[in-house]
Amino acid sequence: MKKLIEFTLNGRKVRVEVEPNELLLNVLREKLCLTGTKYACGIGECGACTVLVDGEAVLSCLTLAIEVDGKNVVTIEGLAKDGKLDVIQEAFLDEGAVQCGYCIPGFILTAKALLKENPSPTEDEIREYIKGNLCRCTGYVNIVRAIKRASELIKEGEK
Amino acid sequence: MDINKVNTKILPVSFDYYAPSSIEELLSILKREEEVVFLAGGTDLLVKMKQRIVEPKVVVSLNRISELSFIEEKEDGLHIGAVTKLRAIEKSDVVREKFPVLYWGVRAIGSVQIRNMGTIGGNLCNASPAADSAPPLMVLNAELKTIGVEGERRIPINEFFVGPGKTVLKSKELLAEIKVPYLPPNSGTSFIKIARTSMDIAKINVAVMVRLENGRIGECRIALGAVAPTPMRARKAEEFLTGKEVTDENLRRAGEIVSKEIRPITDIRSTAEYRREVSKVLTYDALRIAIREASKE
Repeated sequence: MKKLIEFTLNGRKVRVEVEPNELLLNVLREKLCLTGTKYACGIGECGACTVLVDGEAVLSCLTLAIEVDGKNVVTIEGLAKDGKLDVIQEAFLDEGAVQCGYCIPGFILTAKALLKENPSPTEDEIREYIKGNLCRCTGYVNIVRAIKRASELIKEGEK
Repeated sequence: MDINKVNTKILPVSFDYYAPSSIEELLSILKREEEVVFLAGGTDLLVKMKQRIVEPKVVVSLNRISELSFIEEKEDGLHIGAVTKLRAIEKSDVVREKFPVLYWGVRAIGSVQIRNMGTIGGNLCNASPAADSAPPLMVLNAELKTIGVEGERRIPINEFFVGPGKTVLKSKELLAEIKVPYLPPNSGTSFIKIARTSMDIAKINVAVMVRLENGRIGECRIALGAVAPTPMRARKAEEFLTGKEVTDENLRRAGEIVSKEIRPITDIRSTAEYRREVSKVLTYDALRIAIREASKE
């Protein structure tokens, strides 16, 4: 039985009709046309489908869309403001952290949650936090460096 | 079924969905429906549904019931709502300070994303023999409160698991709360997990609680996961150590007893032989750490 749900998506209210068995991932990609969120393993091991729900990094491939009724969802499309990239996105470009790019939206949103929680993480803390995100190009060194750089850029911006 | 041959992009089952906002509302749904499946974090359930291992007609989400999500210090111990997120337990100061063994067990589960979604009750009710929260709660002698249409029950965690994926929970009965008694003075705990990668389910995990008494082991609890059909207490090793002096020989002997007491199998993560062998060392190491912690007080 279809149900009309309403939630905040990247700062704007959206309303969409969903079946109980529809996954958030597919509703974002197919009904709301936001294809930045990626499907890969589908079983919670790779982190490619990571989105922020009420500020927390969660897996949209294991979340029923119906469960985000009334919540606040942020996808990779919601990070840039007024045509300007988020500082984490800038840092990923600066450090050459993007190879094929498929895992990057998940990595950037996980990094967003990390830096909100812990603005100056150590390298170990970064690696621990992103262990649920896999990069098949194995570009981890530059990804870790980019998150470190983002944390420094945020600090500089605050001065 | 081989997970690589399943289309994990969709949920191939349709079901009715309820999201009650109170226990009262939940119970009235349970009275009305014949058979239900409870949804908490979904990190285990949805994977099973994608593989059609579970094909529910009715899914009842517990995620809007705030009465089931809390961490509260009371006189008789720490009370944790079953639908409390693993990440909330990990971030709780009281858990970290007074129940470090639970902190380490919970932290060993999956990734940040998995712990943001997954709940303590879900980790227990999924009843994986390898559940990382189980051995810590077993050495803490936690007590589980269940609710259902037939009323409440209180079940010691050491009697909760009956087989892989199976608990003593009846149909339409759910875990509501976990009570963790405070540790006695002069006690220490430890948790160790071995896995193929830090994201993976345990090859073997062990939790220990030791209470020292005049330099001897006054009381000792040892629990292991992934070495039997359910998480288990190593009662023979516990019995052996009780009243013994803290010597290297006694601790090594306890490890050997554990290694005989467990009933491991060979699966994709490890062989039975490896699990038997490594359980000796893990038990020894975990005992050492717990004794060091107990000596700190």
